[in-house]
Amino acid sequence: MQQAVQISRTRTSEPLPSPVSFKQKLGDAVLNAFTIDTLQVNVGKLCNQACKHCHVDASPNRTEIMGRDVVDSCLRVLADSEIGTLDITGGAPELNPEFRYLVTQARGFGCHVIVRHNLTVIFEPGQAELPEFFAENRVEVISSLPYFTASQTDNQRGSGVFDKSIEALKRLNAVGYGVKDGLVLNLVYNPVGAFLPPLQETIETDFKRELRDRYDIVFNELFTITNMPIARFLDWLRRSGNETSYMTKLVSAFNPATFPGLMCRTLISVDWTGRLFDCDFNQMLEMPLDSGLPQTIFDFDIGKLATRRIVTADHCFGCTAGSGSSCGGSVAV
Amino acid sequence: MHYYNEEDLDRFGEIAKYKPELFEKFLAWYQACQEEGELSRREKALIGLAVAVTVQCPYCIDAFTNSCLENGSNMDQMTEAMHLASAIRGGASMIHGIQAHNAHDKISM
Repeated sequence: MQQAVQISRTRTSEPLPSPVSFKQKLGDAVLNAFTIDTLQVNVGKLCNQACKHCHVDASPNRTEIMGRDVVDSCLRVLADSEIGTLDITGGAPELNPEFRYLVTQARGFGCHVIVRHNLTVIFEPGQAELPEFFAENRVEVISSLPYFTASQTDNQRGSGVFDKSIEALKRLNAVGYGVKDGLVLNLVYNPVGAFLPPLQETIETDFKRELRDRYDIVFNELFTITNMPIARFLDWLRRSGNETSYMTKLVSAFNPATFPGLMCRTLISVDWTGRLFDCDFNQMLEMPLDSGLPQTIFDFDIGKLATRRIVTADHCFGCTAGSGSSCGGSVAV
Repeated sequence: MHYYNEEDLDRFGEIAKYKPELFEKFLAWYQACQEEGELSRREKALIGLAVAVTVQCPYCIDAFTNSCLENGSNMDQMTEAMHLASAIRGGASMIHGIQAHNAHDKISM
């Protein structure tokens, strides 16, 4: 595993240098959830990588991972509710010993399963046959590849990550991912620095052309995601003198047309201890759900949670800038 | 102490303090030129960067570097655009060498 970079000391109590607050920008608008169609389960902070922009502060040195009791509670919620999608993230979720149990159990009762797979984890001990495992279970694979060249990718994700990622993508293609119906391979672009992503369809065209021509790799869709000004990326913004200009950029690009597509409106997030959050970013900032709501997977009540008020703060400018940003890419034209 | 301050880029609109009607016309034209048209936004951003380097405007270089990145260009592509602009600028000097040839030929035996 690669050497971890430092764990962020940035906490929500340290205000972002935003020219206006997110609440001021919202004005009279109210952000409520529409429904819950996705349970996003963060199974822990352990990862074989330590990316410079990681909002989870994940690394090989982290020890916080979800145990069987929380996994079983997540499965019970999925089995007993109309929530059709399980979105598994981390860290590198595959490093959690309960990962394959979670996937196979959820698939067993027909749940659509998404895994946020960092590609390089297949080179870790015992993980070589992950592509076959994903294919057998018809898992949707979503993988980060910040750019189609080595220098940009390695600058963000660590030395040698690009070459390993290319090899992993070839293995996924070899078992049918991105090729056969039902074996979906989506990639994620995020900017390698303090700027907004390009238009999703434009950069997707580039990725498809370049990965095909250079490496004979195919995939289904490319999602663009904006770097969130929290945790390790915020540390980098501060060290590099980009914090104020990046926040100004996000605020200037504030776009209310993103509201209907924001992921917090259809998703609920669970941390490794079972606590519930409006999204994975709020989870990392330890911003709990609105008071009065069930706060853990153990007392999950979809009737109380499905139309809950979303808890916001200034980092939410990240999801509402420009074309918007979500776990499924941009959300507005 | 230097003349160029990064923060001044955000103060561009203050030009409208005097003769605002002229600045409004300029801004509408400036923004319209960058919209998607027969050329893509990405192509226009690369042209903008090339021109910015050529006219050596630090504000424009800053703005169009961001614009190039946010339209999906990478540094190799941006560097090609900057080389082309610089080469044209160099060529514009070099072609004036013909003037020197002409001057030489006129007064030489």
